[in-house]
Amino acid sequence: MNEHTTDKRVREASRRRFLQAGAALAGGSAIAGVAGSTALAEQGNNLPPSVPEWMKAPGDPMGSQPYGTPSVHEKGVVKNISKTLPQYISASGRTPLQELDGIITPNGLFYERHHGGVPTIDPAEHRLMLHGMVDRPLVFTMEDIRRFPSQSRIHFLECSGNPVYTKPYGKTASDLVGLLSCAEWTGVPLKTVLDEAGLQAGAKWIVAEGADAAALTRSIPIEKCLDDAMLVYSQNGERLRPQQGYPLRLLLPGFEGNMNVKWLRRLKVVAEPAYSREETSKYTDPMPDGTSREFTFYMEAKSIITRPSGGQKLTTHGFHEITGIAWSGHGKIKSVEISLDEGKSWQQAELQEPVLTRALTRFRLPWHWDGTPAVIQSRAIDETGYVQPTLAELVAVRGLNSFYHNNAIWPWRIDANGEVTNGQA
Amino acid sequence: MARRNLKSALLAGAIAMLGVAVRAEERYGIGRVATPAEIAGWNIDIGRDGSNLPPGSGNVERGRIVFSEQCAVCHGDSGQGAVGDRLVGGQGTLASPKPIRTVGSYWPYAPTLFDYIRRAMPQNAPQSLSNEDVYAVSAYILSLNGIVPANAVLDAKSLAAVKMPNRDGFVSDPRPDVHNR
Repeated sequence: MNEHTTDKRVREASRRRFLQAGAALAGGSAIAGVAGSTALAEQGNNLPPSVPEWMKAPGDPMGSQPYGTPSVHEKGVVKNISKTLPQYISASGRTPLQELDGIITPNGLFYERHHGGVPTIDPAEHRLMLHGMVDRPLVFTMEDIRRFPSQSRIHFLECSGNPVYTKPYGKTASDLVGLLSCAEWTGVPLKTVLDEAGLQAGAKWIVAEGADAAALTRSIPIEKCLDDAMLVYSQNGERLRPQQGYPLRLLLPGFEGNMNVKWLRRLKVVAEPAYSREETSKYTDPMPDGTSREFTFYMEAKSIITRPSGGQKLTTHGFHEITGIAWSGHGKIKSVEISLDEGKSWQQAELQEPVLTRALTRFRLPWHWDGTPAVIQSRAIDETGYVQPTLAELVAVRGLNSFYHNNAIWPWRIDANGEVTNGQA
Repeated sequence: MARRNLKSALLAGAIAMLGVAVRAEERYGIGRVATPAEIAGWNIDIGRDGSNLPPGSGNVERGRIVFSEQCAVCHGDSGQGAVGDRLVGGQGTLASPKPIRTVGSYWPYAPTLFDYIRRAMPQNAPQSLSNEDVYAVSAYILSLNGIVPANAVLDAKSLAAVKMPNRDGFVSDPRPDVHNR
């Protein structure tokens, strides 16, 4: 892009750089570093050539934090929880996607959605009951569950209402699609536990129920239960957090978050779905003709640029890495394309290995920002060949009231000052 | 020739049986058998056909009292909604630009009402209502929607017989339904 820049643009950019460097100095900011500009020493007691204060005395002793927490300078990186929710018992909190790197969501920042609050469950008194169309109805303790052969796998989880189709659209990546996280999960394949009980002929669904105050109930097709479903007790190496279903949850890779029942206490093998409130009155997708889609399980391919993204500001012209995440409930991400010109042209982003099935995939594109306003966006293509659609394409088919499964491309608008805002707002 | 075929068939059968036996032995022997009483205590799912609905009954008038004591603070005196979902009205709006989804306009099966109220409501004390009161509150909400008469008494049989207006309003997932370009 910069090789096509005119001399006038270069002069203008240099002038702006000079002004920005001056402004940074005047404000005493530590962020100055403008490539190619004359060296201007920064001032501060902890900056070169001074010896920083944290080198002049020992730091905190071992044991000051038996369970480590992030630096005090990262206090702002917390779950994104609206202060104006109608209630907080049935509510959700979002992952600050734009603050994170890589593909693994730290456990403390994993998105939350619960329908009856977060129960405090004593694992010694938690039981999983497996009954219905099985040869042997069984009860398991947590100790029992952990005796089964275990597996660890990396998968994303995403709420199906992430985001809704109607305005106001979120300001940040987290506001928009923060009901999305990814972790390494450890547990036992559900199939192993089902084999223990022995499925009977005619078993087509399994009704999963949580031990929370909502006794949340969803019906899972037996094919998924025998494929990659897991009973999970650990997340990113430690036991599940209470917000994620401690001591036991169901994991259905690629299926909408709500079906991954937390605080799992019961699995009932049946011939037909329960048609519970959570799969009839909620988590069904209303269409413009008045019908609603039921049992819409898979989360389709999707991506979002997390840097630069809404609420951030490019403070300098020159090199910036564009980065973001892509995922698909149908398998692996095949490619991610990025447009820097309002969707007119697209180029391939680089995918960070490993690219895992039904997991977040980190993508990157090097970019030189010359200071002109731009609209940037990403689109994911998964291994089935499916291409992430635009919001207009989705709305044309599903209308504005469909609520769930919005996997639209989301553009970010960058103005001449480097301010990044929602390109749809 | 025929005999040899028979022999190999027998052998195959024996191997198959052996396979089953081996497979059975591959069970880990983890967990213990759930007793009928344990299952009965936890198995609270009500089928859309009303299967597993418990004995007992409740009428609209009793439902009005229970609703005002237990439900109205979140759902409004007449189910018009507040912090809790709107429960009443909206019939005929689903195909409009502003669809109103309530028990009356949206829920496909009446027994689900019993299932959900019993397992999750009231939000501050779920599974605290008697089965009679769950029937009664179900009857009251259905009467507010004009689906059962004001003198209705609901039990396992009559609740299962209620036909909800939107019973046939659901379709299966047609995705991928949207294509980029």
